[in-house]
Amino acid sequence: MTNRPQTVGSSPIRKEGRDKVLGRAQYIDDITLPGMWFGATVRSSIPRGRITSISFDPAIPWHEYTIVSAADIPGENTIVHLTKDHPCLAVTHVNHCQEPILLLAHPNRAVLPAAVAAVHITYEELPAIFTIEDSEKKEQIIWGEGENANTFKTYLMQKDQKPIPDEVWQTADYIVEGEYRTGAQEQLYIENNGVIAEYDPEKGVTVRGSMQCPFYLVHALELVFNLPAEKCRVIQTETGGAFGGKEDFPSVIGSHAALLAMKSAHPVKLCYDRAEDMAATTKRHPSRTRHRTAVSKDGKLLAGEIDFAIDGGAYATLSPVVLSRGTIHAPGPYHWPHLTVRAKAMATNIPPHGAFRGFGAPQSIFALERHMDKIAKVVGLTPEELRRRNFLGTGYRTATGQLLKDPVDMQHLLTRALEESNYHAKRKQFDAENPISTIKRGIGFATFFHGAGFTGSGERRLNSLVEIELTAEGRPRILVSSTEFGQGTNTILCQIAADALNLPYEEVLIAQPDTTLVPNSGPTVASRTAMVVGKLVERAAESLLASLAPFLPPLLNRARSRAAQYTRTQFCHAALKYLAQHGSLKTEARYQSPGDIFWDDNTYSGEAYPAYAWAVYVAEVVVDTTTYSAQVTNFYALQEVGKVLHPILAAGQIEGGVAQGIGYALYEKCLWRNGHLANNQMTNYIMPTSADLPSIHVSFEEVPSPHGAYGAKGIGELPMDGPAPAILNAIEHATGLAFNEIPLLPEDIFERMTRIPTSSTEDLDPIIDRDTQVETSEVSA
Amino acid sequence: MQADRGKFEMTRVALTVNDEKRIVETPPMKRLLDVLREDLHLTGAKEGCGEGECGACAVLMNGDLVNSCLVPILQTQGAEIITIEGIAIDKKLHPIQQCFLEQGGAQCGICTPGMILATYHLLENIPQPTLLQIQEGLNGNLCRCTGYMRIFNSVLAAAAKATPQSETQ
Repeated sequence: MTNRPQTVGSSPIRKEGRDKVLGRAQYIDDITLPGMWFGATVRSSIPRGRITSISFDPAIPWHEYTIVSAADIPGENTIVHLTKDHPCLAVTHVNHCQEPILLLAHPNRAVLPAAVAAVHITYEELPAIFTIEDSEKKEQIIWGEGENANTFKTYLMQKDQKPIPDEVWQTADYIVEGEYRTGAQEQLYIENNGVIAEYDPEKGVTVRGSMQCPFYLVHALELVFNLPAEKCRVIQTETGGAFGGKEDFPSVIGSHAALLAMKSAHPVKLCYDRAEDMAATTKRHPSRTRHRTAVSKDGKLLAGEIDFAIDGGAYATLSPVVLSRGTIHAPGPYHWPHLTVRAKAMATNIPPHGAFRGFGAPQSIFALERHMDKIAKVVGLTPEELRRRNFLGTGYRTATGQLLKDPVDMQHLLTRALEESNYHAKRKQFDAENPISTIKRGIGFATFFHGAGFTGSGERRLNSLVEIELTAEGRPRILVSSTEFGQGTNTILCQIAADALNLPYEEVLIAQPDTTLVPNSGPTVASRTAMVVGKLVERAAESLLASLAPFLPPLLNRARSRAAQYTRTQFCHAALKYLAQHGSLKTEARYQSPGDIFWDDNTYSGEAYPAYAWAVYVAEVVVDTTTYSAQVTNFYALQEVGKVLHPILAAGQIEGGVAQGIGYALYEKCLWRNGHLANNQMTNYIMPTSADLPSIHVSFEEVPSPHGAYGAKGIGELPMDGPAPAILNAIEHATGLAFNEIPLLPEDIFERMTRIPTSSTEDLDPIIDRDTQVETSEVSA
Repeated sequence: MQADRGKFEMTRVALTVNDEKRIVETPPMKRLLDVLREDLHLTGAKEGCGEGECGACAVLMNGDLVNSCLVPILQTQGAEIITIEGIAIDKKLHPIQQCFLEQGGAQCGICTPGMILATYHLLENIPQPTLLQIQEGLNGNLCRCTGYMRIFNSVLAAAAKATPQSETQ
């Protein structure tokens, strides 16, 4: 008998891949249930106001329709995420455009748009606010009261829980300030949000659909229907992209469809078209970050003050936790002797913002990595040298006081990334060529980390459970609520179980998440699946093997060395023997918090994440000074994510994330007009096509982590963090202009380049010291 | 969704879908995409945007790659349509499908049917495309998951598998 090669670390075929390439995978809109009707949503046309009347155009045969209003809700009129501020259907007031007011269902899908248009709603309009600044003024209070007016959440994070001593500011050689902004971004999964709901007076509610977190929807349905969890069944169907956009929003559309199913007594399919999905569902939070940094003349960060504000839209949704991740990532992979982060999530009359890959971190990391380049310029160091003098390393403490016990080597990552991208030679070459060319080339980079798993005590609260059972054929089947939406959940979890069970990858099955059949292994978010759920799968598999041990060939009960000492047939025989004796076998593993992880939500200190991924991303750009367009021409992504479980999937995650990051930086602009998304179409919301992207060179540094299965850490969100600042750093190198806001479109470059006709470089001559506190990003006239 | 007004004016359209002759009774302005999905139960073509931007609904019509969300069924009278369901050879994966599977060209899978048809169309016309030709050939098909790199690899692998047509004919 030979040792079976490990499947972890190799790239077996994606579990559900065959159905996908054949076009047979069943997404929600591909499914039809007998007697199924179709749903539609009547939404507010104004950003804020009181509903004064609702009338129905008599031209429509309304008796054919089911019409649901808030009065039909059997339980609470709320979509619960973290608070209950978010109504399922508006009653007297609306707080954003596209707020759901009524729901319609009809057997014929084609008649619904005309019916929606034939519901006439009048309003008494109230003044609306659309920006963080308007929200801060508190002239209009649209959410909360007193201290919480317009404020969903605030955090104060201080190094060592102490304020920055005044003398640090008084004695610092330089004080560098900057303000950085990021825009909203649409997830733009190619499959829109959609569900099918059924209602049975005895069995309760069943919702199937496109989603990341089936148990979030169970929780939402419990409240809306006032039913126990066991009468709220949720089934995830094949999901055509999510990126966070199907984390919190399915609670809304799922509740709506279920209300229609209950009242119509038919299954109801509610699938948005693109225009509705873009106009009404969540986006990435826009942000504003202000930095004030004390620096010594040799480039040591002495103290930092960071004010981080995000626009949460009209309701809290997940804003408090998005803010939390953004706050913890705001100080980056650097050592700060003193640091204060003040963070707040503000309310505006924009449709609620929600989860999107990166979850607050891309915003605060964009600010910091632009600011680091600015500090370097002020101090007179290269961007590389400034970072090298301030990197965290093994044995350091992060801004939350977390001791970095696992190996961290940012110095090496930076060296390797700059070598692989040929950074130094290119920088010299572009410096030499740019003055004599209308095409300006630049190269820049960002260094950053991303925490894997839920923030702080989140994993302890989730208390995730994983099960593995034997099928009647004696094959192991993984039972988790962790969902597949392209990132590879099915595949990597089966790889992990296969190796733990010493079986070929093909032998392991994974169940489609159905909340009546699978345990709650937590939501599929926060770069937690490979690390946290993967570890539980490994443990559950080990437990399964322990149960089967008496039935496996003898002399094999030495734990790990048991591996490779039986064949798949022997395993199958053992499994069938066990089933014949005991009827069934299901083993489980529940999350156990590592003993050395402590987090204090009040002081925002402790072990923020069990593990971090570390990365250096390098972008090369060209800026055409005739057309003012900027394009990324080459991209290098080097990261340390622990053990790479599946090289093809992992590289695919990084490449896809980088592509979204490039879109975030240079293409994707949400254009709001009076609180309504004006460009809610793919025609004028521009995501990168195959012709817009550069070669993306992905490399991994593999340092197995003790926390995840087979040494894996989180990977999914990381690649969203680095591209935007790396690209804008490169654009500053190319043009000499510091752009501090994304998205950066050609019109923005045009505006800036033509503002002062002859300027193509920045004037850094004025002495910058603590007395003048010069704002260096602006060209002085 | 134009079916509403045309509810009572049905048209009879004869077309070939995946080598099978089909006759549909349908409102004349109904989209080819909806006829495929609703009348013929071929759900491989997906609606991503409904305005010809994303290519998730792409099918071959008389050998051309078209967005089926922009084709009224009336225009398909006598046409030959090939959908993703018609690409596999004798129930085995087509080499393009096999390469997408092996190279990681499919992640969430929603753009995959259109992407595979676009690849099929590209390789019919340019059996050994350069990277630039692949980028151009697929730029009517949006993918939000992959960043396209693995899709390019899939296309290159499929091209390498196929003997250039000029040599076989």
